[in-house]
Amino acid sequence: MNFSQEAAAWSCASCGGNLELVKVHFSYMKGNFEVDLPACAACGLVLVPESLALGRMAEAERILEDK
Amino acid sequence: MEKNELIEWENKCIQEEPPECNSACPLHVDARLLLKEIQKGNWDAAYKVLNKTMPFPGILGRICDHPCEDRCKRGPVGGPIAIGALERICVEKFAGKKRVQPLPRKSQKIAVIGGGLAGVTAALDLLKKGFCVSVFEQGDRLGGYLWDLPEQLLPREVISEELSVFETLMADIHFGTGLDKTLFDQVCEEYDALILDRDSLHGIDLSLKLDSDGLIDIDPATGTTEREGVFAGGGTRFRGGFSPVMETLEGRKPALSIERMMQKVGLTFGRENEGPCSSRLFTSTEGIDPLPRVVPADAVKGYTEEEALREAERCIQCECMECVKKCLYLERYKGYPKKYAREIFNNERILFGAAHQYNVFTNSCSTCGLCETICPNDFSMADLCLEARRTMLKLKIMPPSFHEFALQDMAFSNGEPFSLCRHAPGTTESAWLYFPSCQLCGTAPGEVLSSYRYLQDKLSGGVGILLHCCGAPAFWAGREDLFQTALDEIRDSWEKMGRPQIITACPTCLNIFQEHAPELKPVSLWQIMLEAGIPEAACVKGTTRSTVGVVDPCATRHNQVEQQGIRSILGALGIKVEELPLSGEIPECCGYGGLMYNANPTLSRDVVARRTSASDNDYLAYCAMCRDNFASAGKRVSHLIEHIFPAVEGGDPAARSWVSWSDRRTNRCRVKEWVLGDLGEREEAQVEEYEKLKLTMAPEVRKRIDERRILEEDIRKVIFHAETAGKKMQSREGGSYLAYLQPENVTFWVEYSPDGNGFTVLNAYCHRMKIVGLKK
Repeated sequence: MNFSQEAAAWSCASCGGNLELVKVHFSYMKGNFEVDLPACAACGLVLVPESLALGRMAEAERILEDK
Repeated sequence: MEKNELIEWENKCIQEEPPECNSACPLHVDARLLLKEIQKGNWDAAYKVLNKTMPFPGILGRICDHPCEDRCKRGPVGGPIAIGALERICVEKFAGKKRVQPLPRKSQKIAVIGGGLAGVTAALDLLKKGFCVSVFEQGDRLGGYLWDLPEQLLPREVISEELSVFETLMADIHFGTGLDKTLFDQVCEEYDALILDRDSLHGIDLSLKLDSDGLIDIDPATGTTEREGVFAGGGTRFRGGFSPVMETLEGRKPALSIERMMQKVGLTFGRENEGPCSSRLFTSTEGIDPLPRVVPADAVKGYTEEEALREAERCIQCECMECVKKCLYLERYKGYPKKYAREIFNNERILFGAAHQYNVFTNSCSTCGLCETICPNDFSMADLCLEARRTMLKLKIMPPSFHEFALQDMAFSNGEPFSLCRHAPGTTESAWLYFPSCQLCGTAPGEVLSSYRYLQDKLSGGVGILLHCCGAPAFWAGREDLFQTALDEIRDSWEKMGRPQIITACPTCLNIFQEHAPELKPVSLWQIMLEAGIPEAACVKGTTRSTVGVVDPCATRHNQVEQQGIRSILGALGIKVEELPLSGEIPECCGYGGLMYNANPTLSRDVVARRTSASDNDYLAYCAMCRDNFASAGKRVSHLIEHIFPAVEGGDPAARSWVSWSDRRTNRCRVKEWVLGDLGEREEAQVEEYEKLKLTMAPEVRKRIDERRILEEDIRKVIFHAETAGKKMQSREGGSYLAYLQPENVTFWVEYSPDGNGFTVLNAYCHRMKIVGLKK
C-alpha cells in the first residue's frame, strides 16, 4: 500500500512542513508491525488514513485477537 | 472446561444421535444416509451404505422385514418411507463388483454348525476378521430356509451369487454332514470356539439346555450357551415368525462375542445399543407436507427408478437442529451445540502461536436462553459461553475489544456522572426504592422522572431512588470481579436505605437481581402499576388507538406474569397487540444481551434486521435496549413508558429516532441532575475544559461515528488536545484539520473544521493498534 497521495493532501499544522513516508511502529496485543506512512518527522505526527484503520489494520487486529 | 465437562455438554446435545430408522434396525443400517444417496440418484453410493452393514446385501436388501419403517418419523405425516422397497431396488440395480479380500489368517479355528442365515452371517463376519472358519452343513448348499422363500422375492441365482463369497474367502465348508451330538462333541474338541445355527439345529439334541421355544438357550445379549466356548443364535422361525434381519443379528452377535473372547476382552462391555435400541434424536415434523407413500405401479416387481426417486424424496432426513433453526448466531457458525462445545474445548487448548478461532464465537452469544427453552434436552449455550468467557479471562486470551466499550459504559453509570441514591424529597425513610436502570434513563430520561413522581404519588412509606447499573455487562463479559462490585454497591445502598422494596423498570435488572441478589426481592414497575393503577391520562376508553407488535424481551422468557401484565396495561391504554412469532417463551435477544453487539456488531445488526422484518406494524418494547436497537435499524418502535408518561401530549413515540451512545450518557446525567434538582441539591458540576467545546455534526456523521463506538467525549478530547497542543494536520485543499489521540487503548481520529463558535466534525474513526513511534 502506498500512501503518497495522502501524504501530499496534508501538511503538518504545527511546523507547516510536508508529510513524508516514514516507517512507523505499531503494536497490538502480542504483535508488532512496521508500516510506511505519511508523517512529519520533525514533530512526530503520523497519519493513519481511514482506509488503513478500517481495512488492513482492523483485519490485523482481528487476527491478533484470535491468537 | 475439563474433559468430563465436555462429555457432559456433548451428551446434552442430541443432534448427532442416530435417527429412529437406524436405531430401530437390528443391524443399524444407516437408512437416512441411504435415502440421502438415493435422493441424489447416487445408486452406487446407496448400495455401499447397505454393503457396509449388511452381510449379504443382495439377499437382505430383498427380504428384510424392515422394522425401521415402524419408527419412521414420516409415519404420522403421510406414512413411513418404504425403506424396504427402496433397499430392494437399490440392490437390484447394483451391477458393480463386490470386492472381498481374504485377510491374513489368524491361528484360531472357529466352527459354525448349520448354514442357515444366522450361521452364514456368523461365518462371514468371522472370516472378514481373519479367523479360520469351518462350516458344517447337513444339506448340499448354504442358506437353509432362504431357499424356501418365493422365487419372485428372492431369485435363486441371487442366493448362489451372494453366498459365493465363501469360495472367494476360501472358507472350509463341509456339506452333507450329519448334525448331531457326535459331530458337536468332535467339533468342541477340535476348535477354539463354535457357533450353533439354531434354525438348522432345531429339534436336534445336543444335550444343551433349551428355552421355551425348543431352541438352544442363550444369553440374548451375547449368544453364549451354558457351555464355555459354545455360542448360538438364530431360529426366529420358531418363535413368532421368520425375521431375516433379526436372524442376521443373531448370527452377528455370537461372532462378535467370539472375537472378544479371542482378544480376551469382556463380552458384554459397551454392547447396550447392539440390536434395536431407542434414540434420543428429536425431529420436528411441524410444517411438513403429509405426502402419501408412492405406490409402485407393478406391486410384484417393485419400484421403478422414477418411483423410487419420488418415494425417497419424502424422506425428511431426520435431525434436531431446533435451536439452530431459531437462533441466527447458532446458524451463522454452521454447526450445532455439540460441535460448538467441542470447538470451545479445543479453543482453550490451542498451543501458543496457533489461532483461537472460536474467540469471537464464544463472545457472540447473546446468552438469551432461547436455545435452552427450545432444546428437548435443555442445552444452554449461554451457560457454555459464559463459563468459556471466564476461562478465556483466566487464560489471558480475552481480547479487550470484545467488552471494553460496554464495561466503560457500565463504569460511567456506576461512577460520579450517574450513580445516586436518595430518599424522596422531604422524606427520611423509604419503603420503596426505584431502580429505573441505566439504559432506560439513557433513552427516556423525562419518562423515567415522570414514572418516579408517579410512584411517589401512588405509594406510601416513601419512595427512594437508586441510579446505578445492575452489573449485567460485567456478568456477560465474564468479569465476576466487576459484577460482584456492582452488586455489592447496590446491596450497600439498599442496606443504607433500610432494605426497601426494589422496583425496577428494566427486565434485565429484574432478572439479574432475582438470580444473583434474591434478597433484594425486586418487583417490576409494571406490576406495581397494575396494582396502584395506570395513570388516568394515559388510558383511552372505548377506542382502539393502534396495533403494535409487542417485542417481549428475552429477559422475560420465563416471566409470564410480566408478559401478561404488559398486555393488560396495553389493553387499558387502548393499544391492540399483535403477537410476534418470537414472543412469549421464545423471544430472541435484540443483540444487546451477552454483549453480542460489542463483540460481533455485524451479527447483532443482522439479528435486529431479521426481527424487525417479522411485522409491518409498529413495535412496542418494554426493554430500553430493544427499543433503541430496533430504532437504530430504522424500525418504528416505542417503549411502553413513552405511552404512559408521554413527553408530548398526543405525540408519536414510535417516530422517535435512534439514540447515540453519547446521548445515552448525557440522558443519564440529566436524570441525576433532575432528581438532585427536586431535592434542592443541585450543584454546579465540575466541567472539564474539553467538555465546553461546541460540536456540530451532520446526522450521517453522527450515526457513522456511533456505529464505530466513538463518543462525543472522545471527539472533544481529540480536538481539545489538537487545538491546545497544536498537534494536528491541515488539509491542503479544504482547510480542515485531522488530529488523533490515544486516551487509553483506542486511538481516535477526528477530521474537523472550526466554525463560528465551535467545531464541525466531518469524520471520525479509530483503531486499537497502538502507534509506538517513528523509526529513526
